[in-house]
Amino acid sequence: MEKTLEKIMKEEIENEGNLISILQNIEARFGYIPEDAVNWFSKRLDVPASRFYGVTTFYSQFHLKPRGRNIVTACCGTACHVKGSEKLISAAAMELNLKNDEDTTENGEITLERVACLGTCSMAPVVLINKKIHGKMTLEKLKKELKLLKKAAQ
Amino acid sequence: MSSVKIMVCMGPGGIASGGAEVISAFESELRQANVSADIHKGCSLHKVGCFGLCSKDVLVDLIIDGAKTTYQSVKPEMVRRIVSEHIIGNLPVAEWTADENYHNFYKKQVKVVLSDCGRIDYENIDSYISEGGYKAAEKVFAGMTPEAVTAEIKNSGLRGRGGAGFPTGVKWEACRKTAAGQKYIICNADEGDPGAFMDRAVIEGNPHAVIEGMLIGSYAIGASRGYVYIRAEYPLAVERLKYAIKDAHERGFLGSNIFGSKLKFDIQLKLGAGAFVCGEETALIASIEGQRGMPRPKPPYPVFQGLWGKPTVINNVETLANIPYIIKKGSAWYSSYGTEKSKGTKVFALTGKVKNTGLIEVPMGITLREIIYDIGGGIEGGKALKAVQTGGPSGGCIPANMVDINVDYESLARVGSIVGSGGMIVLDEDNCMVNMAQYFLQFTQSESCGKCVPCRIGTKRLLEILSRITKGKGRDGDIELLEKLSRDIKSASLCGLGQTAPNPVLSTIKYFRNEYEAHLKGKCPAAVCKELLTYYILEEFCKGCGACLRACPSKAITGEKKKLHKIDPAVCVKCGACFDVCKFKAVKKE
Ligand SMILES: Cc1cc2nc3c(=O)[nH]c(=O)nc-3n(C[C@H](O)[C@H](O)[C@H](O)COP(=O)(O)O)c2cc1C
Ligand code: FES
Repeated sequence: MEKTLEKIMKEEIENEGNLISILQNIEARFGYIPEDAVNWFSKRLDVPASRFYGVTTFYSQFHLKPRGRNIVTACCGTACHVKGSEKLISAAAMELNLKNDEDTTENGEITLERVACLGTCSMAPVVLINKKIHGKMTLEKLKKELKLLKKAAQ
Repeated sequence: MSSVKIMVCMGPGGIASGGAEVISAFESELRQANVSADIHKGCSLHKVGCFGLCSKDVLVDLIIDGAKTTYQSVKPEMVRRIVSEHIIGNLPVAEWTADENYHNFYKKQVKVVLSDCGRIDYENIDSYISEGGYKAAEKVFAGMTPEAVTAEIKNSGLRGRGGAGFPTGVKWEACRKTAAGQKYIICNADEGDPGAFMDRAVIEGNPHAVIEGMLIGSYAIGASRGYVYIRAEYPLAVERLKYAIKDAHERGFLGSNIFGSKLKFDIQLKLGAGAFVCGEETALIASIEGQRGMPRPKPPYPVFQGLWGKPTVINNVETLANIPYIIKKGSAWYSSYGTEKSKGTKVFALTGKVKNTGLIEVPMGITLREIIYDIGGGIEGGKALKAVQTGGPSGGCIPANMVDINVDYESLARVGSIVGSGGMIVLDEDNCMVNMAQYFLQFTQSESCGKCVPCRIGTKRLLEILSRITKGKGRDGDIELLEKLSRDIKSASLCGLGQTAPNPVLSTIKYFRNEYEAHLKGKCPAAVCKELLTYYILEEFCKGCGACLRACPSKAITGEKKKLHKIDPAVCVKCGACFDVCKFKAVKKE
């Protein structure tokens, strides 16, 4: 970890970075914001960890917990909403056996997330599966994709 | 020996429909057929930005010796025939070419900002230059004073396309007149309005127009540095813009001594991190400075005190992308489109329940009817139009009976909506208006930055009341309470987010009060609100096929093959899977 953090530090100095870009860099490398990484930067930059925490929790792009190895991002923007994205999301949660507010399957394989809009509104409803965009999503198509993911995870 | 140009849409819709696969199919088919050997170097394959009609993607333009044929809904497996019959055999594959609907889609549109989008190769700066790109910047740097530039933009009547509609020339002039050693120009590419993708399509389809617009702006106000604040949810736009900035640098359009002058200008990208409020200009500035994106009271306006306390112009992507075209063709030409107070054209993202979904550019003042029926091709599936939502979470709903309204800043404001950034979502009889209001409040409530009380707590209370109404637990007087609370939040909030957040509530109450009242009586007329629904199976239609039984995720359905099936209301989670899957319309929801 130390090495990666040093590397991030170097890049951020070169690119005139700031708190947000440091956190983006950490998120990109680790997939979430590990507490240790924040403490490390806090010491090195002499910026209180609480400032990092404040920025981290303000922006939806940052995650404080590790996420699944596969990320399913369902758009719930307006265009997708009127075309039934809510139905897709609850079906996906059911298919993945996610209870209450959980967003990641027990085995840590699949995370189901929401996003406000992916900018592909004309293909609504839209679901992003491991960064690949799937437009005009239907219940059957989504279930099939999730089954494939689950199978691959086994 | 003819020249063949193949243009494949790699806009938001094109990619989602498999544009990349279509391109590889062309590559391999052209190689196999040895086309480049047969017709020499005359065959080129280009990736271009959004064509507009995303619902017919992947769209492909085939231009042979200047004559254009458009293919719609192209799949990789169709490419072989297009290559052999059309490119080699010179006979278009008629059954796949664009139909009348496609041509109607464009008839009433006027393309200014989008005039090069879908026609030029976004990865190739020469493609932009060959269409007159950077000519406007050259004209400005070579022979116009900054005063003349701002005057030209003022005369064009261009108003900010980011939502507020403030006259761009006036903003530039104010910044130009503010004396300071350092000034900034910022392009607002946060595009937070969910359900809109105009800015994404412009950046991805024609990134150099945005750069050229910023360059001209920098000259007009005297800024040597620019930033593009772009949302991280648009990785492709970020990539294409980065690439374009690098190219512009290499050609000397950015950097020092631009067009032989002593002026320098550089553009840096700043990635958003997922916060709607960061589209608000003072919050955006805080975010570029690396802080929590909290707005501050205005005045002082950013043109006087902006980024790091320096005078700063913030403009929307579409506003900036208009600039080169206005300079090139003149303010008189631009202001010949539109109405008296709303000049020029506006890009809208037409989505929802219309047949033709996509990106459109229309002259201001066109009627909503023309947009929905002539361009949009009418409502999907023969359903009835209920309303059109414009302006996203800050906007309102225009009911079907007002469809003859002109679409411009003043007319929309008069009926309680706004032009906004350009989202236009068509709703049909199956959409519940109370649910829509609740949806938007959910969004604004969770995106409220929490700095001011009316917005932080007010939106929360609004959402609570709306939620109980949609759950059938509404109380007498709730509608009036919503109205009062809405007015208070509007007048007391710090920034535009709170000041406009109640609009979706107010406009749905204004035009669809009966739907609210029905909910208070325990009915959702559009059969959307789950808690107010029951699902059951009609005996006379059920064939006992078992499709619903297999689709039901909660095992609420029982029944033997070829016999009547039944839904147990105690187990049913009201997901609607049975309703969607039944071919005989035997599942009913009420
Ligand atoms: C909550 C909120 C969100 C906004 N989001 C955006 C946005 O995503 N993009 C944008 O260009 N303007 C947005 N604006 C408007 C900007 O504050 C600002 O008016 C605009 O960028 C100015 O550029 P223009 O004059 O070219 O429109 C938003 C305003 C508010 C209050
Ligand atoms: S609303 Fe889903 S992509 Fe825009």
